Amino acid sequence: MMIDQTVVDLSRAQFAATALYHFLFVPLTLGLSFMMAIMESVYVMTGREIWRKMTLFWGTLFGINFAMGVATGIVMEFQFGMNWSYYSHYVGDVFGAPLAIEGLMAFFLEATFIGLFFFGWDRLSKVGHLVVTWLVALGANFSALWILIANGWMQYPVGATFNPDTMRMEITNFMEVIFNPVAQTKFVHTVSAGYVTGAVFVLAVSALFLLRGNHIELAKRSIVVAASFGLAAALSVVVLGDESGYVATEHQKMKIAAMEAMYHTEAAPAGLALVAFPQADGSIWEIKIPWVLGLITTRSFDTELPGIDDLVIQAGERIRNGLKAYTALETLQADRTNEAARTTIGETWPDLGYALLLKRYRVDIENATDAEVAMAAADTVPDVWPLFWTFRLMVGVGFFFIAFFALAFWKASRGTLDKHKSFLKVAVAVLPLPWIAAEAGWIIAEYGRQPWAIEGVLPTFYAASGLTVTDLVISLSFYVTVYTILAVIMVWLMTKAINAGPKDYVALLNGETEEVPQAPSPTAAHPAPAE
Amino acid sequence: MDFIPIDYESLRIIWWALLGILLIGFAIMGGMDLGIGALLPAVARTDEERRVLLNLIGPTWEGNQVWLVLGGGAIFAAWPPLYAVSFSGFYLAMIVILLALILRPVGFKFRGKITDRRWREAWDWALFVGGFVPSVIFGVAVGNVLLGAPFSLDATLRPQYLGTFFGLLTPFALLCGLVSLAMVATMGASVIAARTEGAIAQRARIYGRWAGLAALGLFGLGGLWVAFGIEGYVITSTVVTDAASNPLNKTVARQAGAWLANYGNQPWMMIAPFLGFVGLGLAVYYLGERWNVPAILASGLAIFGIVSTAGLSLFPFLLPSSFDPDASLTVWDASSSHLTLFIMLIATVIFLPIILAYTSWVYKVMSGPVTPKSLGRNPNAY
Ligand code: HDD
Ligand code: HEM
Ligand code: HEM
Repeated sequence: MMIDQTVVDLSRAQFAATALYHFLFVPLTLGLSFMMAIMESVYVMTGREIWRKMTLFWGTLFGINFAMGVATGIVMEFQFGMNWSYYSHYVGDVFGAPLAIEGLMAFFLEATFIGLFFFGWDRLSKVGHLVVTWLVALGANFSALWILIANGWMQYPVGATFNPDTMRMEITNFMEVIFNPVAQTKFVHTVSAGYVTGAVFVLAVSALFLLRGNHIELAKRSIVVAASFGLAAALSVVVLGDESGYVATEHQKMKIAAMEAMYHTEAAPAGLALVAFPQADGSIWEIKIPWVLGLITTRSFDTELPGIDDLVIQAGERIRNGLKAYTALETLQADRTNEAARTTIGETWPDLGYALLLKRYRVDIENATDAEVAMAAADTVPDVWPLFWTFRLMVGVGFFFIAFFALAFWKASRGTLDKHKSFLKVAVAVLPLPWIAAEAGWIIAEYGRQPWAIEGVLPTFYAASGLTVTDLVISLSFYVTVYTILAVIMVWLMTKAINAGPKDYVALLNGETEEVPQAPSPTAAHPAPAE
Repeated sequence: MDFIPIDYESLRIIWWALLGILLIGFAIMGGMDLGIGALLPAVARTDEERRVLLNLIGPTWEGNQVWLVLGGGAIFAAWPPLYAVSFSGFYLAMIVILLALILRPVGFKFRGKITDRRWREAWDWALFVGGFVPSVIFGVAVGNVLLGAPFSLDATLRPQYLGTFFGLLTPFALLCGLVSLAMVATMGASVIAARTEGAIAQRARIYGRWAGLAALGLFGLGGLWVAFGIEGYVITSTVVTDAASNPLNKTVARQAGAWLANYGNQPWMMIAPFLGFVGLGLAVYYLGERWNVPAILASGLAIFGIVSTAGLSLFPFLLPSSFDPDASLTVWDASSSHLTLFIMLIATVIFLPIILAYTSWVYKVMSGPVTPKSLGRNPNAY
């Protein structure tokens, strides 16, 4: 049976839409929870009320964002089975494990303590509440760790092998899955991006307060936290982003070649194209910084970077090799005792995924023509130009943020920020940039992985569920409608909460409560609740 | 895989039991919140009363919902074919559940931010849908599992679903949906009765008793229907309990009354439906006597009994296929690999007790009645 390409395209559009939407809220959760924990630590250490006021104020905004993060995350958890059922069957043995561990280790932690964060102020000691806040931040970071181990495995599927009896990938070495180098670099780069987002958010809102002359005390202190946290995070995003590039070249050469619009293999060390445009005659006009690409991606002056053309030739060879695995698999399905077929599969399975690329053109792929093999090999090239430009957008934003936070840090530490109206205006204006960069990052990582759902193992189109176009039209229009309505409401509520400012909270907490958090007992890490 | 200290067959049974525990965990913890959502318009009539209910579950509902998220993740990791076949097969039903579940987090958070009456009533409506709809559909899903789902698997184990959305809404499945709704409503009402005061608590007792009686009758009816109305499934080839997971290596037949066969072979299993009936009966009784904590425990026991009954009747089936019975998913041929089941067992053994410990701590911190007066204190109240 041929796979319906419209269903595949709609499924991809739907996954991209819901994941990108989910990731609008995730970075702020990661960054803001950490900053709230820092602010509350200062409150507990100094006992100064203003720091609790800050924690409560940013906490309110955090709560609105968090609700959206949960609402969109639930969809993600079930989408693999709903829309990518062959994917779920084919790699569930490996991919499901980190996802389930994320639930056990992270979601429970975060979701259980978030309730206490909001409702526990008058029921816990100072230290008790601080511990709760840190646990929420920790939960968010664990969540990112495990989901990125899962996602890292899609980019670089280590520690697993194909089992012809169960027709799927199975774990052989779980430690390799966990300590996957791609997952590790992805984790640090992505959480740093989240911290940058949190810092920019706090900085922008505080700058707005300073411009309006409101809540000066709160704004000034928040800016100090945001500027220092943000500077560290911005540096780590860039350094670790470079690490992502290095790791990607090792394992996803096609992605790097596409990001760089590098059609021909370059002599080492390759130059980094600053801008490039395809010309009518098929050549490319570009401005290059010599050597830089080679340095970033290979850490050496003499390693050659393969271009797209060469990689396509290699893909063609792997398709032919993969067909051996495929024919052996068919033999084995007819006769389970055929040991020769088993051995062939054991040797050639790493190329089986390449043979499956042919399924787009015919069902009986063992009879594929040379033309079809060539088409399938050409399919391994992702769309070059969107990748090339989104990459430059993200990197540009990254370097800008280093400069921006350095300036903010310098001015904030001299306490003169409120006098620089023009800087404050810039600080408000840059608010959307971290979200733009983060979404761009995911587009590079995921769109750059195409045509693979699992790099080299499972083509995306082959992974989709056998749904109907009607199913997908219903679900996609439903998501777009609901998410759009919710986004509008959320932005409106956020704006309202920012305009209302922080004042009421503390009065309420102090005014109506007799037993405002008691003095912490120095020994108790988990103090008993104040009844 | 010689280094794995537990054999494949035992791990499959352990994971079948763990799946049951996770689903029961969700049915009890999440069911309590869903039940309260479904009772919201009936039990709480004014804005203040509704705020009492929302703040009653406010601090803990997110943690409770993770039972569902983890249930999804655990099925993915331990029973990948089940995850693949059921969620894509029941696609539109899943979309309806997701709509309802999306409304909940935002409903809780957004409702209280504006005082306008229509705004709040709109969110009350959303929260009611968010409680009522999933409660019914989860039951309908279990009903369809008992009936068998119309799916096939080709030689590459690619699932294909041949049914429609409305095909899921058979009379038997709808009956199961109502059992599920009545059961979580009993639970929700018991919690409201225990932790609120005055008119709300009083109404909760009344609705809770009706829900409990309804659940009792419907569960009994469901039992009769399973015995005399629908066919179960049996494996007719030799059962190999530690073979590679491939659902196509066996034959299966449909048989009237097959879902009761396990109780004949293993009479101790009768304890599950027994607990269902007794739990519901006791919950109704305790609600009338205003014994609050026992009523909660009895409702929990009832949910435990009812969900276990479904699981034990099906064993060893996870999801029978009505279209091609041989392709049915069972405990013996739809699991993850030996190694993955073992890794996941270790993770569960480490984390589940920790989760239970901090969850109970949080419940302890947040214990005590929720009243209109107590709401005024907290600036973060819903
Ligand atoms: C655990 C796995 C995983 C994780 C953590 C992510 N994705 Fe992904 N992504 C996939 C698993 C995946 C996938 C299942 O493999 C998709 C679906 C279709 C496809 O081609 O790959 C995919 C596609 C996909 C696409 C569309 C590419 C295309 O179809 O051309 C985009 C833009 C994103 N994702 C973006 C994201 C964002 C913003 C994420 C952050 C939340 C994210 N991904 C996390
Ligand atoms: C595509 C794969 C993903 C799936 C299946 C997924 C699933 C989920 C689910 C189910 C929730 C809600 C949990 C709850 O009920 O509390 C959630 C929230 C969250 N997810 Fe994702 N997620 C994905 C991608 C990501 C990525 C890539 C990250 C981080 C880098 C991330 C970080 C978070 C965080 C921090 C939360 C907490 C709530 C919030 O977003 O505000 N997720 N996710
Ligand atoms: C000089 C600056 C930067 C460099 C060199 C860089 C590099 C990279 C690279 C190479 C990838 C793709 C990884 C892959 O192939 O899978 C990536 C992904 C990503 N980037 Fe960046 N990046 C930079 C700045 C930023 C900034 C400022 C943000 C957001 C605030 C950001 C957010 C992301 C995200 C969310 C992803 C997807 C997750 C991942 O694959 O790690 N990046 N980055």
